[in-house]
Amino acid sequence: MTRMGHGGRILALWVVSSAISLPLIAIFLTPHLPPGTGSVEAKGQQVDNEVLTMISVWIALGIFAYFGYVLTAFRLRDADPALDGPPIRGHARAQVLWIVFTTALVLCLAGFGTYELLGGAGGGQGSDPVFKAFSGDAKGTPGDPPLQVQVIAQQWQFTFRYPSEGGFESARFVLPVNRQVELHVTSLDVIHSFWVPALGVKADANPGADNIAYVTPKRIEKLAIHCAELCGLFHGYMFDNTARVVSQSAFTAWAKGMRQFVSSVTHYLPKYHHTYLPDPAFRAG
Amino acid sequence: MTSVQKKLLGIVVVVAGAGVAIGFYITGFLMSGPTAYHPPVTQGAQKSVNLTIQTVAAVGPTLSPNASWVSYVVRNNQNQWHRTTIWSLPAHTLVHVTVYQFDGDSGLRNPFMAKVRGTVGNTMQVNGKTMNVLNPDDASHTFAVPALGLIVPLKGVADDAKNQCDTAPCTMAEAHNTITFTFRTPGKGRYRWQCFVPCAAGFLDGFGGPMQTLGYMDGFLNVA
Repeated sequence: MTRMGHGGRILALWVVSSAISLPLIAIFLTPHLPPGTGSVEAKGQQVDNEVLTMISVWIALGIFAYFGYVLTAFRLRDADPALDGPPIRGHARAQVLWIVFTTALVLCLAGFGTYELLGGAGGGQGSDPVFKAFSGDAKGTPGDPPLQVQVIAQQWQFTFRYPSEGGFESARFVLPVNRQVELHVTSLDVIHSFWVPALGVKADANPGADNIAYVTPKRIEKLAIHCAELCGLFHGYMFDNTARVVSQSAFTAWAKGMRQFVSSVTHYLPKYHHTYLPDPAFRAG
Repeated sequence: MTSVQKKLLGIVVVVAGAGVAIGFYITGFLMSGPTAYHPPVTQGAQKSVNLTIQTVAAVGPTLSPNASWVSYVVRNNQNQWHRTTIWSLPAHTLVHVTVYQFDGDSGLRNPFMAKVRGTVGNTMQVNGKTMNVLNPDDASHTFAVPALGLIVPLKGVADDAKNQCDTAPCTMAEAHNTITFTFRTPGKGRYRWQCFVPCAAGFLDGFGGPMQTLGYMDGFLNVA
């Protein structure tokens, strides 16, 4: 039987430690990585985190295997501690292997990341999303277009307008499950950021700008909304945990009730537009 | 004592002095916030609290070093107007609010805030008339507690009204609107309230100064 060389032993250590660790991590850790599976976009981000975690652990195991072996196999035993080791003048095979391996790894991750970003991944894509066609895996049938919801930020509350439901505005964020939603995020005053961690949605809210993000909720649940951009005195209070994802029938009922409840103010709202900037004449400053 | 020792001593004294000064500054800053107002609680079948406040275009030199800032002021237990926006209220209690609105209208940035919500009956009384919505252009300020879903738009005094109040505390002889409403406090907690009208005259787009400083156009309900 041929004795295995140093490289083979390190490789064997790496393979064995990976074979033990990676399945354990895949079973017990990665299902709990954020942001969860509340939406198509959140699930996509979770997959990204899973892939990056697995690759990071795999590389870390390789490094640990290498250093563990080297520190054990090449430790100084009987020689004079004062003596320096022989000079190392390069090793073409190791250098090529290193360059090829790291380049391939970086290119693969770049390709994976680019592919994952094609649909916006729950982030704001500006007023004219380049990759709109890739957004979500439930783009809806021709008779079921994405539900438009305008997210209006102001110091210090988000409100939401539903143009396809009569154009009413609500202080509560309610979405139907299993339907793609097209969020138009804007601001009335300073820069805010609309963040729904459980849905994997985060989009900057800029005054006078329309920042579009897509999300397809996959689970009926309560949601928390945060502002993720320092926006003034009560930024820390720009938080709402009354948002929720409901069934399509519950959403229809809610929209009907809300449309009636706020009907007295809806006619005062400006005609629906993707930005929401009032006349400067009505500013005190 | 050598010259080196003298220099070291001098440095130590300067650093210690600076530390003490910074400590005083920080302590002063932390202690300078508005104190909480505790309105008396009326016991009965249903506990209740009466809260009387006024909004003024300029708070005046007797109530604030920032005399020209727009502000809320509250009537305290000595029947005096006091500038604090932190109010301690009992939980699960009806709060009867009377607002004497002395400031002129500047309009709501978001007309949606013109709808009265979160009060008992989702209504308010403006000069005795029950309303559930205000023309957004007529609003001067709002009293809003977003965590409670409470918002009440406050009708501003007409531009051509006679005998308008310049600085607080304003008197009932001066032009004003009277807005009343009732809301129920929730369980224990600290709830921020604020004005949604960018009403800070003299600041960029009306957002600075009194809009960003506790004690003027925003505060807390300490519900215990």
